[in-house]
Amino acid sequence: MSAFSAIGEERDIDRDEYTPAIEPQATWCPGCGDFGVLKSLKQALPEIGRTPDETLLVTGIGCSGKLNSYLDSYGFHTIHGRSLPVARAAALANPELEVIAAGGDGDGYGIGGNHFMHTARENHDMTYIVFNNEIFGLTKGQTSPTSPKGHKSKTQPHGSAKTPIRPLSLALTSGASFVARTAAVNPNQARDILVEAMEHDGFAHVDFLTQCPTWNKDARQYVPYTDINDSEDYDFDPTNRADAQELMRQTEDKLYEGEVLTGIYYREDDRPSYQEEKRELGELPEEPLAERYFDDDYEWERSYDNFIDKHR
Amino acid sequence: MADDELIWRIAGGSGDGIASTSQNFAKALMRAGLHVFTHRHYPSRIRGGHTYVEVRASADPVKSRGDGYNFLLALGDSFARNPQEEAYYGNEEVKPLSENLDELREGGVIIYDEGLLDASDIPDFEERAEENDWHVFPLDLRGLAREQGREVMRNTAGVGATCAITGIELEWIEELMTDAMPDKILEPNLEILETAYEQVSEEYDVDAPDISVPEGEHEEEQLLMSGSDAIAYGAIDEGCRFIAGYPMTPWTEVFTIMTQNLPELGGISEQVEDEIAAAALAVGASHAGTKAMSGSSGGGFALMSEPLGLAEMSETPVVLVEAMRAGPSTGMPTKPEQADLEHVLYTSQGDSHRVVLAPGTVQEAYDHSRTAFRLAYDYQIPSIVLYDQKLSGELTNVPASHFDRDPNPSMGKTLTEQEIANEPHTEGKFHRFQHDVEDGVSPRSIPGQKGGRHLVTGNEHNPEGHISEDPDNRIAQVNRRFQKMDAIRADLDERSLLRRYGPEDTEYGILTFGSQQGTVEEAVDRLNENGTSVRMLSVGELAPFPVDDVEAFVESVDEVLVVEMNASAQFRGLTQKELGRYGEKLHSLLKYNGNPFEPAEIVEGFETSIVEDGELPGPETKFVPAAGD
Repeated sequence: MSAFSAIGEERDIDRDEYTPAIEPQATWCPGCGDFGVLKSLKQALPEIGRTPDETLLVTGIGCSGKLNSYLDSYGFHTIHGRSLPVARAAALANPELEVIAAGGDGDGYGIGGNHFMHTARENHDMTYIVFNNEIFGLTKGQTSPTSPKGHKSKTQPHGSAKTPIRPLSLALTSGASFVARTAAVNPNQARDILVEAMEHDGFAHVDFLTQCPTWNKDARQYVPYTDINDSEDYDFDPTNRADAQELMRQTEDKLYEGEVLTGIYYREDDRPSYQEEKRELGELPEEPLAERYFDDDYEWERSYDNFIDKHR
Repeated sequence: MADDELIWRIAGGSGDGIASTSQNFAKALMRAGLHVFTHRHYPSRIRGGHTYVEVRASADPVKSRGDGYNFLLALGDSFARNPQEEAYYGNEEVKPLSENLDELREGGVIIYDEGLLDASDIPDFEERAEENDWHVFPLDLRGLAREQGREVMRNTAGVGATCAITGIELEWIEELMTDAMPDKILEPNLEILETAYEQVSEEYDVDAPDISVPEGEHEEEQLLMSGSDAIAYGAIDEGCRFIAGYPMTPWTEVFTIMTQNLPELGGISEQVEDEIAAAALAVGASHAGTKAMSGSSGGGFALMSEPLGLAEMSETPVVLVEAMRAGPSTGMPTKPEQADLEHVLYTSQGDSHRVVLAPGTVQEAYDHSRTAFRLAYDYQIPSIVLYDQKLSGELTNVPASHFDRDPNPSMGKTLTEQEIANEPHTEGKFHRFQHDVEDGVSPRSIPGQKGGRHLVTGNEHNPEGHISEDPDNRIAQVNRRFQKMDAIRADLDERSLLRRYGPEDTEYGILTFGSQQGTVEEAVDRLNENGTSVRMLSVGELAPFPVDDVEAFVESVDEVLVVEMNASAQFRGLTQKELGRYGEKLHSLLKYNGNPFEPAEIVEGFETSIVEDGELPGPETKFVPAAGD
């Protein structure tokens, strides 16, 4: 019998199961977009049939990192920018877990930018949600990698001279096999996208536009926005890389000006995940490695038997 | 010239096969019944540049490199023929001969490849040879190798010539070459070996030098192994099946050995984008229920201080390996030093706590690696194995039985689902961080287990794992985490990692740690032979520090010499800090030129500075008197 009986357990799950018994002493301001992410996630998880005990949510630092306090699952609140390496190792050690990493735009695209690029390129089977509110919230309103050019803050008093990062294009060119953008102002679309992202085999990147009413009063609330998968104006095939690239360019050029395009930009369903590739090479065990430590019948090999000839 | 040991130095350019040839030679001597020990010197350069390896062989156990050496095989640097490089590197071609003369003992033997080297390029060569009574054998090794096979096989020709002069039986080498080489290259190599052997035996008076290979016999089977091999095997035997790393000399050796072995054992190895990621992966894998490790050398370990702190606060067991090399910054990539001690002890913010173990020998590298994993998982704390470039690459023979042990996959206080059901919960929430546990260790559950879900965080947290800044909780959690250190101290006292050496009651003491242990033991033997009464304590457990044992040692002698490879006397500083006094008693002998101590340097340092109160000659080693003087 599996040592992890919560994994693969089939039953109806109530979204309230994800609500912590102890109300967090916390921490998100009234009107914060992060509540929208939480709501969508709590709706999406039961929809894919994942119980709180088989879900591991790994977060970074910042307001987004408090998601753990609001979602009652297994959780690891790590350090600034490092949620991805922690999460992808957990997904390797036990590929049967539902592994979700989450962080903010500073956490994911700034300090964790290197990890973002490499996790995307390796196509780890996991979901990455970036709370993108174009600001550093918890450190009190500094300019972030997604803040628009000219954005004024205490750390950029004359306005930012930096071009904002393009998270969707960056994810695509880095090699993510699923790239989507949604917004807290439409929790239904967000829920559907999260369901698809979590069901996707491979690295699913969701840039989640969230509003920060406290520090980013200038930020538009991402309306009007258009769902590119629904809109008749966009005849668009999300499996076509060139199409995805073009649409990303459009929306990332004018995110700060007018219509915001949201939806699933790109999905590559026939590409094997990193786990599958690695297993194919004989570098990942068939059964989750984590299971073995609880299996009393497993025979552990000794180095002495295996390698000693080399040293004789 | 003493004939009880052979110290054979093979010199050439990087990429000329010096390492593999010396490894085979050492293995052949080990199989012949001798005790061997190698010392490797190489530049941070892939092809070309002066490199050498010493193989020391004796009928008695050898614990260290020797003082100088008595047999030089100078092959020439085949990658140093570009005259344009001369401006940068000098005349590299002759370096395998010219650079190695200072340490060659009187009466020693020189074989050099006259196909590549011209001894007349070296000023005073003949005068020095005569003065020192060296026996010089110029041989066209390159020509010989070219005739029989390929030029690159001149190593083999050199080994054949060595055998002829020292009386090593060819079959030892042949047997080993048969085991080590693929058929295609075996034939020509065997021919070259035999031809060189015959040529030298016929053309030269090989009995003239007073150097012969000693005869020895092992009571049980021996294995030739490096410190890095031993750390990797210790990890595997303790159930480690996950490693993440980023290449950096010399840590790469452990990383490579693990990577080559793990897939076959159902394990996972990940080469990742940087060292922050590497250590974070190890933390993530451990959190998800594996035994995991990572590691690096100084510069890479600097990046790991964040995930190290996370492991401490989240109480995630993990083992990190730190293979020290000379610093600061990139320092000297291929040269040993013990100057990362304070870095490893104190890096990361806050009141941090970790286990630091320092193996002194290849055997101890295996033992300490196992202990590091056991402590990490029993006490949910990061353990660091601290060693250095010297121990990582040096090869020595170890009884096979040392490694013939059962694996231990125990995860310590990691619960099964049945056990989770019996643990305290608040409204369905598992108490991951209970305050009231005897040894400070709260049992943990693993993601995917039913009923065990909880939050862990790098923030301070309450028993359920929620972020908390409550002052009472803070005190309770900090105290509980530090309580573990007392439990580990008591645990270690039962199976001490201290190494004591020398007569029981002595006037003086030498205190050391890590890779200098064997060299100090040789020095202790010689000092006692010379009439100085001295013994050694080598400390294998640096955190938690064995205060009582070290204090008893310091108390029991009149004066103590602290031997370490760095310029700032870090180990002496640690000892003083932990003991709280004895500054007036602890003297330092330091070396930081990129080479490890030779036994004679310690003997001289001790006799000159401590016994005679004199001054050390030369800049190689530095004596720093006790603080009270």
